[in-house]
Amino acid sequence: MIFPFQGGVHPEGHKDATRQKPIEPLPPPARVVLPVSMHIGAPCEPVVKVGQHVLLGEKIAVSASPVSAPIHASVSGTVAAVEVCPHPNGGRMLSVVLENDGADAPHPDIRPFGSAETLTAEELIAVVREAGLVGLGGAAFPTHTKIASGLGKVDTLIVNGAECEPYITSDHRVMLETPEEILGGVRALMKIYGLESAVIAVETNKPDAVETLRRTLPRRGDGVRVAPLATRYPQGAEKQLIRAVTGREVPPGALPAAVGAAVFNVDTVASIHRAVTTGMPLLRRVVTVSGSAVSNPKNLSVRIGTPLRAVFEATGGFREQPFKIIMGGPMMGVAQHNLDAPVVKGTNALLAFSRGEGKPEKEPVCIRCGRCVSACPMRLLPVYLYHYEQKNMLAECERMRVSDCIECGSCSYICPGRLHLVHSFRTAKQKLREARKRGGN
Amino acid sequence: MADTRFVVSSSPHIRAEEDTRSIMLDVCIALAFPLVIAVYFFGLRALTVTAVSVAACVFFEWAYRKLLKKPSSVRDLSAVVTGLLLAFNLPVSVPYWLPVVGALVAVVVVKQLYGGIGKNFLNPALAARVFLFSFPVWMTSFPKPQPGQWNALPLWGPVDVVSAATPLSFLKHGALPADAYNLQDLLLGQAPGSLGEVSALMLLLGGVYLVVRRVITPRIPVAYLGTVAALTFLFPKGDAAPLEWMLYEVLSGGLVLGAVFMATDYTTSPVTKRGQWIFGIGCGLLTVFIRYFGAYPEGVSYAILVMNACVWLLDKISLPRRFGVPRLTRFIRKGGGKA
Ligand code: SF4
Ligand code: SF4
Repeated sequence: MIFPFQGGVHPEGHKDATRQKPIEPLPPPARVVLPVSMHIGAPCEPVVKVGQHVLLGEKIAVSASPVSAPIHASVSGTVAAVEVCPHPNGGRMLSVVLENDGADAPHPDIRPFGSAETLTAEELIAVVREAGLVGLGGAAFPTHTKIASGLGKVDTLIVNGAECEPYITSDHRVMLETPEEILGGVRALMKIYGLESAVIAVETNKPDAVETLRRTLPRRGDGVRVAPLATRYPQGAEKQLIRAVTGREVPPGALPAAVGAAVFNVDTVASIHRAVTTGMPLLRRVVTVSGSAVSNPKNLSVRIGTPLRAVFEATGGFREQPFKIIMGGPMMGVAQHNLDAPVVKGTNALLAFSRGEGKPEKEPVCIRCGRCVSACPMRLLPVYLYHYEQKNMLAECERMRVSDCIECGSCSYICPGRLHLVHSFRTAKQKLREARKRGGN
Repeated sequence: MADTRFVVSSSPHIRAEEDTRSIMLDVCIALAFPLVIAVYFFGLRALTVTAVSVAACVFFEWAYRKLLKKPSSVRDLSAVVTGLLLAFNLPVSVPYWLPVVGALVAVVVVKQLYGGIGKNFLNPALAARVFLFSFPVWMTSFPKPQPGQWNALPLWGPVDVVSAATPLSFLKHGALPADAYNLQDLLLGQAPGSLGEVSALMLLLGGVYLVVRRVITPRIPVAYLGTVAALTFLFPKGDAAPLEWMLYEVLSGGLVLGAVFMATDYTTSPVTKRGQWIFGIGCGLLTVFIRYFGAYPEGVSYAILVMNACVWLLDKISLPRRFGVPRLTRFIRKGGGKA
C-alpha cells in the first residue's frame, strides 16, 4: 500500500448506499439544457439557431480558445431556445435548450476512429478534443489541454481512482463495470506520451475495484500497475495523489507536468477509449445520487443537460423534504438552490440531505486547538490565515500563502470551533485578486 | 416535487463530530483520574474545594457574558476545565474563598477580558495560581496525604494546617527526600503537594487518555518531561545518583500536571509541530533553571507562563515547509509569497 501524503482527514465514507448498485441508464429527458460552459476555461459560442434540428452528438457550441471543450447535443431534436438558464455553479449562463425528439438519431459523421494502436498521438489528441472531454472527477479541466501541457515532459501517468469524497461511488462503479475501457484509455494516453508504464491509484476502501482492475490487467497491459492507496481525504486531489504515488511535490503555481506527472480521472480515461472506439463525443456521465433525503440511492448514467429534478425523480424522489442539495461530494461540492439546473460534464454526484447532516453551525469560536494545522495537506496554518482574513490583513494572508490553499475543506471539516475556514480563504483569495487588479495591470 | 428553499452554504457540507464541548468533556474525564486519587489521599475536602472552584469559574463565565450581553459560553465546558485545573493547583487546605478569588482572576481577568476562549495569552488557571501566591500562608502549607481517611481535614471551618515539607523543598536544598518519601510515594501521590499534582501516575494516565482520544499529541509533554529529565540527569544537584535525582525531580511538584494538562492548553501553546517541540523544550529549560536558581522551589507555573507569552512568535518561526518547495530553497527565497 502506498503511504499517504501529510495531513488530511477521515470523514465517514457513507458509500454503502450505492457501492453495490450497478450503473443504470436514465432515459433521456424531454428537454436538455446545455450551458455553453461546463469546463474550466473559455466558454463556447452557440453554433445553432432556435428551431434548427440537431442530431445526437452534433456540435452545438464551440470555442477557438485552446483552453475549452466543445459541447454536443446529448439528444437528437429541435433547438427550443438559446437563453440564459440556471447553472449548477449557482449563477446563470447562456444555454442551448433542446427538445428531445426521442429518436436518438446520431450525427452521420460519428463513426469509430479505430483504436489506440491504429492512430498516431496527434490523431488521438484530436479525437479527445473533438469529443469535448473534460476531467470527469469534478474539476472539468479540458482533457486535450491537459494532455498538451504535459507532452514531452511526463514520465509518470497516474490514473485517479481514489474517489476520496464521501458518498460518491460513480468512479468505483466505472472501475468495476468497465475496466477494459479504462485500460484502453490508459493505452491511448501511454501512446500519446510515449510511456512504457502507468499507475492506476485506488483507495483501499474499494478492494473489489483493485481486484477487478488487476484481474483485467494481464491480458491487456504490460507496464500498467494498480496501486492501492491509504484511504484518506483528499487523496484524490491532484497534488496529494502525485505526492503519494511518486513522492514528488508540485511546486506552488506549477502544473503537474513540472514534476513529470499527469493525472487523469478513471472515468475520463474510459471516455477517451470510448471516444476513440465509437467516435461518440461525451454525451452522458455517471452520477451517484445519494444522501439521507433520497428514497432510493443509485448510480445513474445520465445524459448531460438533464435537469437535476429529473435525476432525483428517477430515484423515486425524496423520502423527506431535503434541507440541502449538493452537486459533487460533501467536502467540495456546490450547494444547489434550483432543481432546474442541469447535470453538467463535471457532475459526479447529486446528494440530498435531510436536516441533521450538514446542519448549520452555532456561533463559531476558535479554540486554537491546531487540528486545522494537522489536517491541512498543503501545510498551511488555517487558524492564522483565518485570523488575518477576519482582520482584513491581506498582506499577511499572502505571506502565509493563502494562494496555496486547494480549498479541500479538511480544515473546516475538522474544526471543533466550527469556523468557516475555507469560506474565509476563498474570500481572501478573491480580495487579493481584486487588489491585484486595482494595482494597475 | 415542490421547489422549496434549500440551504445554500459553502463547502464543506459535513463536519467532524468533535466540537469544543466534546473535547473539553474529554479533558474533564482525563482530570477525573487525578481527582479520584486526590479524594483518596486528602479526603472529601479535595472534592469540596474542587467543586467550589468549578462552580465559581462557571459562575463568573456566565455572569461576565451575561453582563456584557454576549452569548453564553458555559456550554463549551471550558470554564469547568479551568475550575478543575485551578483547584488542582491549590493546597487542599485552602479556605473556600481562595478558589473563588482565583476563579475571578482566571475567568474574568485572564480569559474573558481578552475575548474569551481561544483569545487569552496566558493559561488562566496558572495565572490565577501565581496571583494567589500573594496569600502565601495558605498557598504554601501542604497537608500530608492520609490514604483512605475521608475526614482527615474538616469540611467546614478553619483547617488546622499540618504543614509538611514537600519533596521539592528537599530537592531545593540538594538532598533527596529519601527518608520522608520514596519514589513510589511520588508516583502514587503519597507525598504532600497541591491537590491535583501529587500522583504522577494518575496524571500520566489522564495524559494517555487524552492522547488516545487525540485531544492532545504527546509532543509537548514528551519535550517538556524529556528536557527536565535530561537536564536533571546531566546536572544532579548534591551528591545523589543522577538517575535517582532525575526521577525525583520529574515526579515531584507540579511538573507532570503542568506538562500534561497546563502546557498543552490549546489557546496558550503553539499550533505547529516544530513550535510545540520548541515550546516543550523551553518549558523544560526554564523549569529546571528556576528550580535550581530561583527563590521558590517550584518552577513549573512560571516556566509555562513565560513560554505562553512566546506562542505567536514560536508559531511564526516554525512555519511548516511550503508544499512543493524544498527546504533549501526556502532559505534562499525566504518566505516568498509568490510561486
Ligand atoms: S481547528 Fe478550528 S478551533 Fe482548532 S485551531 Fe483551527 S480554526 Fe481554531
Ligand atoms: S487551508 Fe485550504 S488546503 Fe489547507 S485544509 Fe483548509 S481548505 Fe484544505
